[in-house]
Amino acid sequence: MALLELKGVDAAYGRIQALRKMSIDVNKGEVVALIGSNGAGKTTTLRTISGLMHPQAGTIGFDGRDITTTGPARIVALGICQSPEGRRLFPRMTVQDNLFMGAYSRNDKPGIASDMERVFTLFSRLRERRTQIAGTLSGGEQQMLAMGRALMARPKLLMLDEPSLGLAPILVETIFTIIREINSQGTTVLLVEQNAHKALEVAHRGYVLETGSIVKTGSGQELLASEDVQKAYLGM
Amino acid sequence: MATSVSALTRIRSARLAGMSFTDYGFYVLCGTAIVLLATQAVIDPRTFFQVLDFGIADGAIYALVALGYTMVYGIIELINFAHGDIFTLSAVIGSAILGFFAVNESSFSLADLLTLLLVFPVVMLIIGGINVTIERVAYRPLRNAPRLAPLITAIGMSFTVEGVMYLWHGSAIIHFPDLLPHGAGFQTYIGGVFFTFKDVFVIVAAVILVSLLAVFINGSKLGKAMRATAQDRDAAQLMGIDINRTISATFFIGAVLAAAGGIIYGLYFNNLDYHLGFSVGLIAFTAAVFGGIGNIPGAALGGLLIGLVKAFSDNYIGSRWTHIIVFSILIAVLVFRPTGLLGMRVPEK
Repeated sequence: MALLELKGVDAAYGRIQALRKMSIDVNKGEVVALIGSNGAGKTTTLRTISGLMHPQAGTIGFDGRDITTTGPARIVALGICQSPEGRRLFPRMTVQDNLFMGAYSRNDKPGIASDMERVFTLFSRLRERRTQIAGTLSGGEQQMLAMGRALMARPKLLMLDEPSLGLAPILVETIFTIIREINSQGTTVLLVEQNAHKALEVAHRGYVLETGSIVKTGSGQELLASEDVQKAYLGM
Repeated sequence: MATSVSALTRIRSARLAGMSFTDYGFYVLCGTAIVLLATQAVIDPRTFFQVLDFGIADGAIYALVALGYTMVYGIIELINFAHGDIFTLSAVIGSAILGFFAVNESSFSLADLLTLLLVFPVVMLIIGGINVTIERVAYRPLRNAPRLAPLITAIGMSFTVEGVMYLWHGSAIIHFPDLLPHGAGFQTYIGGVFFTFKDVFVIVAAVILVSLLAVFINGSKLGKAMRATAQDRDAAQLMGIDINRTISATFFIGAVLAAAGGIIYGLYFNNLDYHLGFSVGLIAFTAAVFGGIGNIPGAALGGLLIGLVKAFSDNYIGSRWTHIIVFSILIAVLVFRPTGLLGMRVPEK
């Protein structure tokens, strides 16, 4: 059974329809990539899953529960956490306090401490900068902190929105290596990316989103090889 | 309109010795004020330190009120105009409780002292509850409305709280019993300056409360969640922070500080009326803007400075000028230094 399942989800900002009959599923242990151009509805999908907005139609199921109308705080507690687009750190708090905020829904002190250690092992730069104010970090460090902060919730499903946006090529490489590593440690990942090539390389499966609907799906390799995808998203 | 905006931009971008012109003007003004005050301190140190003592005590009360303005603004960008009236209401309720237990200055006993000590937490809880209720019924339904709507509601809430106090006491002066020890044993001259126990009490109480707030905000999980929500509400939600609870907590803590300020005000000045919160609120709001609205240490510092400005202005310039000077500071800060003294300057990428 799928860990996350969206069935026929419609979502809108006011009168502007952003998602139409959107259906995806993510299985336990997978990396699933959601690719598409600007305004296709990728971020809206993640906002709807996180409960920041609620679907007008359709259902969202997670881990055997219906979370269609569940609020964002409860959804984090159930095991979905996202690193949002534009990183959205708490800019005037330290690196360490940002990570603590990621663990807000948890109360197990030893678990939080060991997860902090895990984050510092994944992102050693953050360990050096643990007392630095988040707003003064470099772009790459901020992205690492945003991912680390989401991991601190110990999510069953980690959602990453544009993790490579605005980063130098070498850092993009690092970020995707780390995504693989996070997945190999047992966390399911839903990845939203404009860098379709990188995303599909890492992903087990992918969905192509156009104007609010899924137009194509397949394994990462299949989509990479598909002519349509190559033309539209890979610039080939 | 367009020309005035560009003129302002030109003034802002003009530079002198590496500093922008407005910063330069700001430092010159501050410097002049300090030099003038220092001159007075040398000419007549007794008066100077006397005024300083009073200004710090007064400023401590403004700081307690300003903190509530700045915390609420920081988290939901609303100027809670009812905050000054919440402050007055706490003094009125405190005086009512003391009256109910027949505590008054003529027959003050040890049991009465105990009652006074209990009045603080009781009034803090009541006022905290009232402020949380105000947020729940008047501001939360408008959370996603245009910014003007909750602002008008806040003004309405201010009139409502004032109206309740008016119905209760009318426009008469409300007496708050003068319970703090005073008289021969509790005042002293040090170097010719008159110090009273009351001054010390006000300052010590404010320092304790502000320190507790600092520990709470920086050390506790809820305090950190409040800062996180203030910095990025959506991101806070995505981390599992229940922002409604966090916002309620902010209103509660702001009101608790204002309540302490209100009782301290009552004990210090002994007289108040239903309308007191209007002027105290506006001055405390000025203090919050002066320190940098949304900035907690800024509000404490701004309150203290506004207290000092008021005291020095009362004494050296004349009390009829005091309000003009205080609100000129508000305008000057808004025009030339909108981030205030300790405004946020952390780069955000």
